[in-house]
Amino acid sequence: MATNTTSTPGSSTGVPRSRLTRRQRRRLSLGVQYAAFVAVLVLLALLADWQTLRTNFARGEIAREMFPDVLTIALRNTAIYTLSGFAAGLVLGVLLALMRLSSVPPYRWLATAYVEIFRGLPALLIFIFVGVGVPLAFPGTTIPGGTVGKVALALALVSAAYMAETVRAGIQAVPRGQREAARSLGMSSSRAMVSIVIPQAFRIIVPPLTNELVLLFKDSSLVLFLGVQLEDRELTKFGRDLASTKANITPILVAGLCYLVITVPLSYLARRLETRNARASA
Amino acid sequence: MSSDAATAAGSGEDERGDGARDDRGDAAIDVRALHKSFGTNHVLRGIDFSVARGEVVCVIGPSGSGKSTLLRCINLLEEPQSGKVYVGGVEITDPDVDIDAVRRRIGMVFQSFNLFPHLTVLENLTIAQRRVLRRSKSEAEQLARANLAKVGLSEKAAAYPAQLSGGQQQRAAIARSLSMGPDVMLFDEPTSALDPELVGDVLAVMRDLAADGMTMMVVTHEMSFAREVANRVVFMDGGVVVEEGTPEQVIAAPRQERTRSFLARVLDPAAAPGPIEH
Repeated sequence: MATNTTSTPGSSTGVPRSRLTRRQRRRLSLGVQYAAFVAVLVLLALLADWQTLRTNFARGEIAREMFPDVLTIALRNTAIYTLSGFAAGLVLGVLLALMRLSSVPPYRWLATAYVEIFRGLPALLIFIFVGVGVPLAFPGTTIPGGTVGKVALALALVSAAYMAETVRAGIQAVPRGQREAARSLGMSSSRAMVSIVIPQAFRIIVPPLTNELVLLFKDSSLVLFLGVQLEDRELTKFGRDLASTKANITPILVAGLCYLVITVPLSYLARRLETRNARASA
Repeated sequence: MSSDAATAAGSGEDERGDGARDDRGDAAIDVRALHKSFGTNHVLRGIDFSVARGEVVCVIGPSGSGKSTLLRCINLLEEPQSGKVYVGGVEITDPDVDIDAVRRRIGMVFQSFNLFPHLTVLENLTIAQRRVLRRSKSEAEQLARANLAKVGLSEKAAAYPAQLSGGQQQRAAIARSLSMGPDVMLFDEPTSALDPELVGDVLAVMRDLAADGMTMMVVTHEMSFAREVANRVVFMDGGVVVEEGTPEQVIAAPRQERTRSFLARVLDPAAAPGPIEH
């Protein structure tokens, strides 16, 4: 709207708008955006109740009390749950990807059905299925590995659906000539897949897999709904329990920071790998 | 049209005599009445073709003539619709044949090299020896280094393919095929993806191979190589063999009009009458 004001003789600069060069117009537009951004920040700062915020979110003595348990128990458990879920999910994901690319139709149908179902369900539902459904379905059996086993299973079921699609895309991104060269050297189809195609596919999909790991870190908080022992608590459960005993939100803030300590560097790493891949293939 | 062509192809056959065609045991490659279609595109329209042991055969022809498809049918990278392919006396088009075992005896060199980018040059040469032929690491590496020396790449054993020039990559790919100890080598336009100044090194390696007595089938546009190294030149067009014979016959004194016009375009592109492709 402001840009179509043509020659206004009495404007402050005395120069009609239309005479602005392209670069001047760009600068002006950027300046307006920065000003609006700062204005919103100032407004939020003025409206916020800083006193209440500080006593509720940033009580130093409560934060200090959380250490070292928040690291040695909570963060450690979060890492264990996530990594075991990721590892199991990756194995299942590769299997599903190979099934989707199989020449045997029932394999393809099964894998497609799995991916569609588990991508379409909230992770929380899957945690509840694993926590409640599995013991009901198979009475007398317990998932091996206790809480870690249950969480790993739930996270694996969720992530495998996504990773299967990622792995499949990676395998399909390996040039056809690679498989042909391997086959013409006398390698069987499966040998060519294992020795030649999959190693190259993984180089391509490391960035998206890293992103998947970040997502899993956050999804591991859903262990809350499995009902866990004190020593099995991870960051979210740990923070929430302490927040309710202290009637203060500070522990949640600290737990949040702990997530960021892991997820921000991981996301950064994923971006780095992505640009490196883009350069390598260029 | 194709019956004319078949008669014309007789010139090459006469020379070898009719006996050679029936003696399957002596032919390294023997192709009979081969047909291959991609969908409605009938690429190979009844090919009869053979390569004797120790023979170097160059296949020439315009792009789209089916020469690469013919080559790829010989190690079953493409499956023909009908016809038979014998390699070393074994019918590889037989559904019961162990195609992996057959392919171990057939070396294949691709236009785009297809080295494995995640492995070093040495590993490119040893992986199939170790995983397929179950050779020990030291045995495989010894043979690989000998073959790298043969193609002049001894100092590149530890390099990755991306660190090599196109010509070096293609020579490494030839060494990789040689490391499997093939009876026959197939070359699919091995120099077409190379910068002109790198073509010579690859052709020199192929010339050495021919001199060593390797049986070779080469799809190529390098007429000087064909003239100099080939025992026999086969001209294909429109999915049939139009003419075959010695390089002197086919390249220097082609009998068929299609061969003549193709050679005129290839040998002197600037003076090409009409469109290059058809």
